[in-house]
Amino acid sequence: MSATVDPLRIPGRNIRRRRATDRVMGALLAVAAVVAVVPLVLVFAYVLIQGLPALNVPLLTQSPMPAGFPGGGVAPAVGGTLVMVGLGTLLGTPVAVLAGIYIREYAGSRGATAIRFLVDVLAGVPTIAVGLFAYGLVVVPMGTFSAIAGAIALAVIILPIVARVTDEMLGLVPGSVREAAYALGIPPWKTIVRVVLPAAASGIVTGILLGVARIAGETAPLIFTALGNQRVSTSLTEPMDALPLRIWVYATGPYDSWHQQAWAASLLLVGLVLIFSLLTRFVLRRRGPAGR
Amino acid sequence: MTLMTEQTSNALPAADPPAGGPPTASVPTADPPATAAPAAPQAAPIAQAGSSHARTIAVAEHAAVTIEHVAVGVEIEHLNAYYGQHLVLRDITLSVRPNSVTAIIGPSGCGKSTLIRCLNRMHEVTPGARVEGQVRLDGDPIYAPGVDPVVVRQRIGMVFQRPNPFPTMSIFDNVVAGLKLAGIRDRALLEQVAERSLRRAALWDEVHDKLHAPGGALSGGQQQRLCIARAIAVEPEVILMDEPASALDPMSTLRIEELIDALRTSYTIVIVTHNMQQAARVSDRTAFLTVGEDRAGYLVEEGPTAQIFTNPRRRLTEDYISGRFG
Repeated sequence: MSATVDPLRIPGRNIRRRRATDRVMGALLAVAAVVAVVPLVLVFAYVLIQGLPALNVPLLTQSPMPAGFPGGGVAPAVGGTLVMVGLGTLLGTPVAVLAGIYIREYAGSRGATAIRFLVDVLAGVPTIAVGLFAYGLVVVPMGTFSAIAGAIALAVIILPIVARVTDEMLGLVPGSVREAAYALGIPPWKTIVRVVLPAAASGIVTGILLGVARIAGETAPLIFTALGNQRVSTSLTEPMDALPLRIWVYATGPYDSWHQQAWAASLLLVGLVLIFSLLTRFVLRRRGPAGR
Repeated sequence: MTLMTEQTSNALPAADPPAGGPPTASVPTADPPATAAPAAPQAAPIAQAGSSHARTIAVAEHAAVTIEHVAVGVEIEHLNAYYGQHLVLRDITLSVRPNSVTAIIGPSGCGKSTLIRCLNRMHEVTPGARVEGQVRLDGDPIYAPGVDPVVVRQRIGMVFQRPNPFPTMSIFDNVVAGLKLAGIRDRALLEQVAERSLRRAALWDEVHDKLHAPGGALSGGQQQRLCIARAIAVEPEVILMDEPASALDPMSTLRIEELIDALRTSYTIVIVTHNMQQAARVSDRTAFLTVGEDRAGYLVEEGPTAQIFTNPRRRLTEDYISGRFG
């Protein structure tokens, strides 16, 4: 090496090759990102194209026609999904949030690790097994398939999702905020309820939304709990229809009119989840200076 | 008050408070230091470094002038502090005098922050942390069986190194958080306390027209004054400050120091600082801690600030304040 070497250049490396590698790698990452988004767009587009022609008012207001007859709608399924997802969320979420608070604030590091592991295992249990659990717990003793059995199965599915999100979101609230409250002579439980929980609220609500979207699309746990119902039912102790169940029945059935309605029902389900989460986000943004 | 005269008399013998003059109760409207605070904003940053000596004298004058509210003292007796098995503070015995500013200085890792956190039982919030020995607030042991740390912390407020306003609360709600969460709902009272506390913290003029904006939207220096307002809103008797200005710019630091100076009329203040000029400027007494061979912090000496900085009794102190180590 002579004295004329540019001191700003790294000796022994080809800057042009490094730039080329950088460009190739950057392009690869961009492609991967696009590939990750493509299925979402395709699913939406496909459901929209296939479902829109059959989406009409009777679909929302009428009960299914006898097999093979054209017309009718999926009103029992729409109502049933709203009822069971709502009830499942109401049953599962409070327990889940409290469990999340316990894990983060009270369990201690060893206890928290153990409970977290168990909750993760529950989250990993196949949903059809959760359905079987609800079947044994509720359907067999009651002697009948019922909406409440379906709701309980859905509650068991949303529970670990919301519990872990609550746990994580509470963990994101800085310790300095807790200490500020303690230093004011605020008892620990009140610090959690009035200071820490509000600071984590938007994240927890986002987690609940994810959970709701997840259970709204669940089919397997409803097969031998809620069973499905051709007619609108308002009783929690009788079988109830749900959109995923109806889609499953229609999509696997032999009639073209069923296939059409299965597409339209899919569009309804996707739309319901989407509208619900947008609404909640909007409401959250409107109130409270919190944000993040 | 009697303690004060002893300490101020060597600096300013003539400025003793009138004998027998009863301390005025903490009247909400009386806050002359707050209005005097934004004196010369342009000149301050430049003048700051050079004027430490002049300010020290000014501080002493202030302290001797009025005591609005007689605060209480804190006695630290043979205090050991641990994190798990690790001893971080060894046998600290130190007396904090009422209505004075006591600075705790020392090199990094000497346990300054741990010491101050032992005074309001915040040390034990850290998992595995524990304390031996005793701390007395106005003679009452705070580490006695049956003492609720919540009650201790209601009487001993704290300001932290980094401003930590409650993120979900407005400026107003931050200031009155301690009262609101204690169940006080009287709107008029809350508003009165909020204004009084913000005035004392020299923040009222800057925020009175946006009390319902989020506390996190203020600048760092304003946030720290908000935290001071929040601490004094619950009317503690002692205020602990853990490097309250270390995350702030020089201008904000100056304002916090002026504030500390004004607050001594009603509170007993203990301030941890790694900034020796700051200790010299704001404190009446200074305690110097250092860290021993066994990595545990211990008290080297404590005395009037002027003496510690000009004529320390111990060689170790002199080495530290003259910048030979630390």
